[in-house]
Amino acid sequence: MASAARPDSGGAPASAGLSRERLWLLSPTLLMIGFFLVIPLCLIVVYSFLTPGTYGGVEWIGSTAAYVQFLFEEDFLSEELTFHSAYLEIYFGSFVQAVTATVACLILGFPTAYFIATRPPRQRTLWVFLVTIPYWVNLLIRTVSMLFIIRDEGPLNALLLEIGLIATPLRIAYTDFAIGLGLVYSYLPFMVLPIYAAIERFNFSLVEAAHDLYADRWTTLREVILPAVKPGVIAGSLLVFIPSLGSFIAPDLLGGGKQLMIGNLIALQFQGSRNWPFGAAAAVILLTIVLIVLMLFTRKQAANAGEAR
Amino acid sequence: MSSIEIRRYPGFRPITWLCLAILYAPMLVITVYSFNSLRSITTWGEFSFAWYAKAFANPNIQNAALNSLLIAVVAATIATAIAMAAALGMLRGGAFRGRGGVFALINLPLMVPEIVTAVATLIFFVAIGFDLGLMSILVAHTVFCIPFAYLPISARLQGIEGHFEEAAQDLYASRWAAFRYVLLPMLAPGVISGFMLAFIISLDDFIITNMVAGPGATTLPLAIYGMVRVGFTPEINAISTILLLISIVFVTISYFVGRGDATSEH
Repeated sequence: MASAARPDSGGAPASAGLSRERLWLLSPTLLMIGFFLVIPLCLIVVYSFLTPGTYGGVEWIGSTAAYVQFLFEEDFLSEELTFHSAYLEIYFGSFVQAVTATVACLILGFPTAYFIATRPPRQRTLWVFLVTIPYWVNLLIRTVSMLFIIRDEGPLNALLLEIGLIATPLRIAYTDFAIGLGLVYSYLPFMVLPIYAAIERFNFSLVEAAHDLYADRWTTLREVILPAVKPGVIAGSLLVFIPSLGSFIAPDLLGGGKQLMIGNLIALQFQGSRNWPFGAAAAVILLTIVLIVLMLFTRKQAANAGEAR
Repeated sequence: MSSIEIRRYPGFRPITWLCLAILYAPMLVITVYSFNSLRSITTWGEFSFAWYAKAFANPNIQNAALNSLLIAVVAATIATAIAMAAALGMLRGGAFRGRGGVFALINLPLMVPEIVTAVATLIFFVAIGFDLGLMSILVAHTVFCIPFAYLPISARLQGIEGHFEEAAQDLYASRWAAFRYVLLPMLAPGVISGFMLAFIISLDDFIITNMVAGPGATTLPLAIYGMVRVGFTPEINAISTILLLISIVFVTISYFVGRGDATSEH
């Protein structure tokens, strides 16, 4: 058996399969993630086709009721199905919130990433570090801090009242705006970091060339810089959009549970109203949307890369 | 006009500061209030650790803190060991078929929305009759921590060429000795960095923990969530500040351990 070979970047021939040693090294990961994540994800699909148990859980009777319930309401007496849009609206509302948060993050994040990437190298490290820290800080605590500030009796309202800008406390907490603010605040680093990485690799002599050809700053930004860093922009947007769409903490705390988003709808089925198959179906639908979005963008990016060549 | 000039866009600097303000202001404000001896939002009494003392004296918080710490240490240790093995399997000994698949699997916990992971794990534990409690939290955390531990370890391993182990083995070191005395010390910064990231990911997790905790077990984030639902107290500010501080310290160490060594070698 070959002793520890060079990393395969050296063009080592692809071996036929898994060697025994490699299997030993990889098996704990494969077992843990396979057993405790892949199987549960499959199980959630199965559960979405079962009948809800009386006290939570399920009965093993096949049913598409969970998916039907998503779109229709059954009349108790006539058992007639009438279309109702409440759940669709939650999905649509979450989609709008997630898109809004993504756009807001892009508007704030792109200039930030650009600014950082054009600092001298030593300063860059510090800026990147400052943007990275909140990413690793407890999201629950960060959201709690935000709620602490914007609630009716919080420091922000106290300050505004004190300086006489308002006469009654502003209602910021427990609104759609608060949720949006929370999402932007939660996922902003996800937008900045990939765009920064793309701009840092960008060859700025192209900007000089554009300038020499009489392009002004904003034309240069639009026609030269943006197309070159597009993969970073797409990556950042996906990293903000996907967790925003399935977010739970921001709508739960900052929305006060009044404005349901998909994440809250799913969680509720396993806590309060206890309809596991419906919760499973809601999760499957979320997962499907995420997969579709991912495939659309990664395929588009692959196609673009192909074009560029 | 110099090249620096045409690269500059007016307004980008203030937006950058705005971003930092959005990111940091809430954390700073809650930290400041945690030291206010008064309950009041509008008046400052004096600088005091009273709320910290009160929080530490609360048996629920003590219990939750102990659970959190225990779970984070064990989950991060197991996840780091597993991730290190995976990194060696992925990056040493040439390419192999199915590598892309294994890589996708390692990163799967990062791809799936956390709420979906949470309910899927809950359903699975209930289906196989696994008791919900500290053990179920520990297992769920370990799985979720693997990709976070994997990232810095694999990044570090990629920067270490195979020659070192080969040289050791040419000098009649066993494979184990070559790993233990040559590769592992070089890999250590990545391992430490990975452990620390896994540790704070476990310590901070709320969504998954909330689903799989069962009725009895509680962790610090769960305790804080429960308290916030009732109403804000300065105690919450105090515990939150501690958790913020732990995260920041750990990330900082992880960041500089990972970075410092890479630069000293080149």
